[in-house]
Amino acid sequence: MRPVGELWVYLAANPLLHLTLTLLAYLIGYRIYRRFGMNPLLNPVVIAIVILVSLLVATGTSYERFFEGAQFVHFLLGPATVALAIPLYNQFDRVRKSAGPLLAAVVLGSLSASLSAVGIAALLGAGPEIVASIAPKSVTTPIAMGIAEQLGGLPSLTAVLVILTGVVGAMLGPPLLNLLRVRDWRARGLAIGVAAHGIGTARAMQVNEVAGAFSGLAMGLNALATAILLPLIWSWLF
Amino acid sequence: MIESPTLLLVCQLAGEVIVGLFRLPIPGPVLGMVFLFAGLLVRGGVPQPLQTTAGTLLSHFSLLFVPAGVGIMLHLGRLEDAWLAIGVALVASTLIAVAVTALAMLGLERLVGRQGDGQGDPS
Repeated sequence: MRPVGELWVYLAANPLLHLTLTLLAYLIGYRIYRRFGMNPLLNPVVIAIVILVSLLVATGTSYERFFEGAQFVHFLLGPATVALAIPLYNQFDRVRKSAGPLLAAVVLGSLSASLSAVGIAALLGAGPEIVASIAPKSVTTPIAMGIAEQLGGLPSLTAVLVILTGVVGAMLGPPLLNLLRVRDWRARGLAIGVAAHGIGTARAMQVNEVAGAFSGLAMGLNALATAILLPLIWSWLF
Repeated sequence: MIESPTLLLVCQLAGEVIVGLFRLPIPGPVLGMVFLFAGLLVRGGVPQPLQTTAGTLLSHFSLLFVPAGVGIMLHLGRLEDAWLAIGVALVASTLIAVAVTALAMLGLERLVGRQGDGQGDPS
């Protein structure tokens, strides 16, 4: 038999190991989430991230090495975003009926997300770099990174803040909507999509197709609204 | 079998190309979604294989955010320094955005006199 150390060196350098670990960690998270009746507080993404970060830190593996394997999963984000056109098409009659209120709600939601984040972070003494990085945090990752750069933030910090926002929105959004007695699946999906982009949309999709379609639409419209409005407002404010 | 994944990639590629050429402020895949949506409108229906492929991809959409999320390990130090400001700002602003969007949509719909048709019993 080969010495275990030698085998580890071989496996650790192979994308197969970290790709498999990513899927296993998510599967564990998803099983726990299902086991507890899809409770939003047990978000499978959070569980998977905690498991993987613990494993990587414990084994002294770098994020770059991990990403060599995980990139195959990461890549699918693009085609999956394109595929959001299908639930949107299936729900298009509902979307068209309330196009006006829907667009206005997305713009109001987009502004309240970024301006309240900026205001609170600045009030609590965060530096200008962090304030600029937090501003586009409700927008889907690639576009949020672009906006952060424009505002003088740190794109890679923004990427993390975007994920954290998505997780917070997916976990706390549904209980808040219950508290506000919002039972309309369209409004629920729209709110989660504006506040929590793709991670919120993922959760909405698992719960209800109408909510998923409105969430995916809100994610796209919010990206557009924030990319146009935020740099303008920034130039007035600073 | 292979047509549906190819179609998704072609739409994404077209989106990336247009975004790159015209320096548009939206991500390529989001424009790709618009292209696919326009195609479905023209065709007037979703072919069954495409429905199946999309269903498979989207049923575990959240898995796809895990690799980027693990990137948090690179920023643990910076987050630790300003954790209170960042934490409060993220949680509060996200809740505000959820409430504002949902209530604005329902309020504005009532204002223009339309009744919602997305009623249900959310869990």
